[in-house]
Amino acid sequence: MTIAGTTELICFLVLSAIVVVGALGVVLLNSIVYSAFLLGGVFMAVAGLYLLLNASFVAAAQVLVYVGAINVLILFAIMLVNKKEDLKAIDRLNLRRFVSAGVCFGLLALLVRVVVTTPWALPGPAAVGEEATARIGEHLFTDYLLPFELASVLLLMAMIGAIVLARRDVFSTDVATGEVADQGLIEKARTPLLLERRSS
Amino acid sequence: MVSPGLDLELSFSQALQGLGLSAQAARLLWLPLPMLLVLVAAVVGVLVSVWLERKISAAVQQRIGPEYAGALGVLQPIADGLKLLVKEDIIPARADSLLFTLGPVLVVVPVILSWLIVPFGQNLLVSNVGVGIFLWISLSSIQPIGLLMSGYASNNKYSLLGGLRAAAQSISYEIPLALAVLAVVMMSNSLSTVAIVDQQNGLGILSWNIWRQPVGFLIFWICALAECERLPFDLPEAEEELVAGYQTEYAGMKFALFYLAGYINLVLSALLVSVLYLGGWGFPIPVEWLAGWLGQSVDAPVVQVITGAAGIVMTVLKAYLLVFVAILLRWTTPRVRIDQLLDLGWKFLLPLSLVNLLVTAALKLAFPVAFGG
Repeated sequence: MTIAGTTELICFLVLSAIVVVGALGVVLLNSIVYSAFLLGGVFMAVAGLYLLLNASFVAAAQVLVYVGAINVLILFAIMLVNKKEDLKAIDRLNLRRFVSAGVCFGLLALLVRVVVTTPWALPGPAAVGEEATARIGEHLFTDYLLPFELASVLLLMAMIGAIVLARRDVFSTDVATGEVADQGLIEKARTPLLLERRSS
Repeated sequence: MVSPGLDLELSFSQALQGLGLSAQAARLLWLPLPMLLVLVAAVVGVLVSVWLERKISAAVQQRIGPEYAGALGVLQPIADGLKLLVKEDIIPARADSLLFTLGPVLVVVPVILSWLIVPFGQNLLVSNVGVGIFLWISLSSIQPIGLLMSGYASNNKYSLLGGLRAAAQSISYEIPLALAVLAVVMMSNSLSTVAIVDQQNGLGILSWNIWRQPVGFLIFWICALAECERLPFDLPEAEEELVAGYQTEYAGMKFALFYLAGYINLVLSALLVSVLYLGGWGFPIPVEWLAGWLGQSVDAPVVQVITGAAGIVMTVLKAYLLVFVAILLRWTTPRVRIDQLLDLGWKFLLPLSLVNLLVTAALKLAFPVAFGG
């Protein structure tokens, strides 16, 4: 085996190990912050796998979107609502865990069977390598234009929804009870604290 | 049209194969060399800019600055580095020691990796990857995770606030930055940094992108300063409000890693501004013309060596001019408030960069000769 081949094999094994162990950690760890950081590691390792497949543009996009945007947002959300809160004990927790583990193993068995039975060595077109960026662009703006535009509309809707939810002053009535609710943004008084204390 | 120029890798592997090594072994021996060189270049670049920062800030405030360590205090940054190296490494008792250690590493590594794509000449870069400048954008988006990690792990209010601010600032300014880069990429029809520079070197200084993308240049520079957390955008560490932000609990080598990352990022941003907008390694007057006037062939070995050296000098010169501007800005401007920062990013720079992209696209269709059709 050539030097390049050996390096590739070692990289593949290491990256796969990171993906598998990291993903298990994301699911099984109790600390949500650790899970979120591990998720970033898993995304990075997947980007590494794309690199091994000569898909450098996809790898860079994976890092930019999943690590740089999604994972950062997850972390941001976790840290902004960093309340120490003791969750209520769930009854029959062990049974629930047992059932979900069973479902997961069933899924795993299904996937393993698919992996083993599928003939993977399909005669496809040769890999385009560095040309891939231009090719992806062509496809996005010709035969995949509709899904591309639909995805952007979906994102726009999500964004507007998030803004409406975040700006509570839009709602004048409570959504659940229908009562009039004053949900204007609570702002601190602009007078300095010391002056206030002296006057009272 | 483009001359092949110096190909050091080819000569190196040919020399080794002459000694009886296989081509693969020669490549294996070659591989670490450019990386090592880049690491050394990055660190030397940091030392120089730390010295510049100290001297220029002193000049701005009518002081003398460091002067005892070496002539004009040039060894002062090395003394600083050694001090940080031997300092006690403190991890706060209630901190999360694993994340506390990993945070600075995650901040430094992407910045150093980004040096892969900085070209100092036609073949003088570590790797001419096809995704080029996009690699830098995606790598720089990893940094906020490191900042959040160290802010969280310090178990300190100021650190957490600083980390959150750093992440918010970094994501906000990434978007206009990427859009400004996209306009340049559209003009040069390639993501590769080498192609971007080549496209600017037809007419020397006249064909530099700064004349065709003045707005893009300004957007990029502002966003780069914000990404480096330099004043006027150094809110994450704002010492009057947050002690030192996410760096508050760090000491010794871990603090040095943050420090190093900041300056490597500054030099890297300056280098990329010179690559994207100021013609990279290009001479103000094209080297081909100069060689023609002197009656030399561009492909002659001596001319090629001189061209290569001039290219490195030009790239570094342009970059350090920008570093100088950044340092002057730091010591002369006040800090913006966090709401002003986010307003500037989302309400001004983002629409502006979108308009810039649109105008560039229109100009490219209207004048394909001047805007790389």
